Amino acid sequence: MSRPIVFDNVYRHFGELDVLRGLTFDVRPGEVFALLGRNGSGKTTALRILLGFLAPMRGTARILGVDSQAIAPVDRDRIGYISEGHRLYASMRVKDAVSFESDTRPRFRRSYAEAAIKRCGLPIDKHIGLLSRGQRAQLSLIFAVAAEPEVVIFDDPAMGLDVVMRREFLDAMIDLLSDQGCSVLFSSHILTDVERIADRVGILDQGRLVVDATMVDLRKRVQKRHWNRDGEMGRIPPTVDGLLRARPRRQGFDLTLLDFDGEREAALLNGSATLSDPAVPTLEELFLDITTRNDKTESLLRNRESQ
Amino acid sequence: MLIRIDPQSAEPIFEQIVFQVKGSIARGDLSQGDKLPSVRELAKEVAVNPNTVIRAYEALEKDGVVVRRQGAGCFVLGRANVLKDGERRRQLDSLLKRTLTEAFHLGFRADEIRKALEKGMKGLRFDKEER
Repeated sequence: MSRPIVFDNVYRHFGELDVLRGLTFDVRPGEVFALLGRNGSGKTTALRILLGFLAPMRGTARILGVDSQAIAPVDRDRIGYISEGHRLYASMRVKDAVSFESDTRPRFRRSYAEAAIKRCGLPIDKHIGLLSRGQRAQLSLIFAVAAEPEVVIFDDPAMGLDVVMRREFLDAMIDLLSDQGCSVLFSSHILTDVERIADRVGILDQGRLVVDATMVDLRKRVQKRHWNRDGEMGRIPPTVDGLLRARPRRQGFDLTLLDFDGEREAALLNGSATLSDPAVPTLEELFLDITTRNDKTESLLRNRESQ
Repeated sequence: MLIRIDPQSAEPIFEQIVFQVKGSIARGDLSQGDKLPSVRELAKEVAVNPNTVIRAYEALEKDGVVVRRQGAGCFVLGRANVLKDGERRRQLDSLLKRTLTEAFHLGFRADEIRKALEKGMKGLRFDKEER
């Protein structure tokens, strides 16, 4: 089975603003892929390109084997989508919305949707505009999956939900995955949820993926160590492969390292430096390390390179 | 069987599940023939991806701890016993060597370690079922 979602060297800018600069990754069948990045890093742009709502300037995005710019209406229902803010028709009652979806989407399973609405305790006679945020999130999830989609795309589905609502949403998502084993691409800011639910994580920074790894690999391949050296050899860590970030501390640096081995350790220890025992960063620490710029470090490291 | 996972631990979630199932069997909370929760049940209970639970169950099956029957679920076989005697011996030696080295550096004396070992074994069902 081919990859259900593929980004191949996608570029997109808005005026002067480069948003995506060679975005490349894919999602495997049955995989839950979390796309992470700071606000404005291009997550939503990437998802909108994938759904064909926006065109890339260069490169291609493919979903279910189809170029995202040529998705036929019949393929739309094989794709479930939930946008930020859960866009629904506020003036419709819940039951009217069910009829509307059922009348306009051939693959929509009305009985499934009605049963799920009942299970979630959503009021069928209420106007959608009067539902709580959590209820609207549940309703959009039900609508998104009622047509048995092969891939589901969520753009920050947990935004604005409290802990209880998020757990309910996660519950519904686990049900969906158990039932259908579909592939999921989602963006999120709630990293503890991502740690629970994602098979693979991609971190978007400066328009491309700087990390693309399974959760299991991340725990095994990334480590943090404290580095310190006094004296004439210089107080800045040498450049070694796999050094993702060096953050200056009062003494020495905290290093975030990828695929650290004996050879790299020797390079860092060169000249009587000390290196602490390794610690495994949480996803949140790793995210901060990768996406927050530290101008002081950058200029220190840059100056050394130009010497 | 109570399974709790820590999503922020350095240990991958599927390995946490594997170890806790093995722990339940060693303590006697789970016995031969007991059925493990379905993938969906356990995934919802601990709020993790069902793929992760499947992976844990596959690892348990590979270790010979459980057997998965199509459509019926996942059943406890008992202690892991898929390895040859030489390999079992080798793995035990390596586990003990590691533990004893750390215990040495924690500053324990030999008799203290022996006592702790005895105490730890009492909590597990070492002698209650023959291999």
